[in-house]
Amino acid sequence: MKLTLKIWRQPSQNVKGKFETYSLDNVSEHMSFLEMLDVLNEKLSFEQKVPIAFEHDCREGICGTCSLVINGQPHGPLQGTTTCQLHMRNFKDGETIVIEPYRASAFPVLKDLSVDRGALDRIIQAGGFISVSTGQAQDANAIPIEKDVASHAFDAATCIGCGACVAACPNSSAMLFTSAKVAHLALLPQGKVEAQKRVLNMVRQMDLENFGNCSNITACEAECPKGISVSNIALMNREFLSASFSSNDAN
Amino acid sequence: MSWMTNALKPIGLVWFANFLTSSIGKKLLMSLSGLFLILFLPVHLIGNLQLLTKDAGVSFNLYSYFMTHNPLIKTVSYLLYLSIILHTIQGLLLWRKNKKARGNIGYAVSALRGDGTNVKAASNMAWLGIIIFVFIAVHMYQFWLQMKLGKVPMVMIEGTEYKNLYEPVVLAFSNPGFVVFYVVSMIIIGIHLNHGFQSSFQTLGLNHKKYTPFIKYIGRIYAFIIPFGFAIIPIIVYGRNNLWW
Repeated sequence: MKLTLKIWRQPSQNVKGKFETYSLDNVSEHMSFLEMLDVLNEKLSFEQKVPIAFEHDCREGICGTCSLVINGQPHGPLQGTTTCQLHMRNFKDGETIVIEPYRASAFPVLKDLSVDRGALDRIIQAGGFISVSTGQAQDANAIPIEKDVASHAFDAATCIGCGACVAACPNSSAMLFTSAKVAHLALLPQGKVEAQKRVLNMVRQMDLENFGNCSNITACEAECPKGISVSNIALMNREFLSASFSSNDAN
Repeated sequence: MSWMTNALKPIGLVWFANFLTSSIGKKLLMSLSGLFLILFLPVHLIGNLQLLTKDAGVSFNLYSYFMTHNPLIKTVSYLLYLSIILHTIQGLLLWRKNKKARGNIGYAVSALRGDGTNVKAASNMAWLGIIIFVFIAVHMYQFWLQMKLGKVPMVMIEGTEYKNLYEPVVLAFSNPGFVVFYVVSMIIIGIHLNHGFQSSFQTLGLNHKKYTPFIKYIGRIYAFIIPFGFAIIPIIVYGRNNLWW
């Protein structure tokens, strides 16, 4: 395959960026999107040029490190797939592919296609955990929990925190990410203990990070590589409403 | 500390101020004020349909007398004005915040897609809302304010004098430009409602496998029927004035 790549280049956070056009020959359709970028970077290095910065880690679709907005879509055109699991067979020979970083004020561009998603980590640090004693592994198995509820919690837990929801949202809202974490823990008996405190703290942190508000556009769900449902947002709103009015937190 | 937190602190409601100024609290206000306006529209439409009665405006004028003199309706109408103002100001503030959250640099390629709603309507609620607000302002000036200031002619119905609102309304509807403005505004309201109806339930947290599909279905029907009902009235009146039927 022969491709034309329009890629966002930005030397650092406070320097203006712009698109650069590269052409790449002999791209195998079996390559993943990131392998294609690896080949381009090898070529750039060989030509004594600065390679393109992009994030990646597991390349198995489970870590949430890879990002990229490919032809206007976070993680590219294939639904339910991360960029690392997107293969070049989904593109046509001779195609022009536009590759941009995630765009959100809360995700400043660090270099080229790499953005700082620390805001999501700080939301988790605000309450996305269980701090009460939950016993040993066998204790978890001894807790009666309905299969449907466990599945619902697990579906929410599949969020890999990649931030595609924020990138897809015209308002750059982090409601889907935050709600997935809130729902995952609020549905389980171990998480219920701290549910009120958790939702209040996580929403507060989300608001501090300058994300936008949810307009129920559902672009987040459509672009989520894990198919996290917007019904989790409704669940978080219920949790937040009830916690605001009935928690022991005076503020 | 927002001004609201400062205002509610002395009465011990810091938590409530924090709730109202949180991202979810702000959307909740949008949702509740929007739902109240959704409840109001059918009531307004029933009144407007009186314009179609062929009695030279008697039933419409009696209806408008009732609407401006019944104490319960008058009380609710203040809540209504408040909802319109709240929904507009809050909507504009959220719009500004969301644009700021998105940042200065947009995507070179835009490929917005979504599930279960009209994505174009959903992402343009502010623009649609601004057009609707302009319509409401013109509408309030033209009919509501004239009625309040008593700048409408009087008419005798069964020995009692009533304000003849029927006359300026029919006069306005005889202007083809105004009829087009009215009908286009109704289409815009329909698009706004198409997303807004089901979205307000989702924001309230009312998302349920048993009810959400039904809410979305009713929302689509509502968003068509109500604006259609409003839009058909000036067209019929215009047709009558020009002896089309």
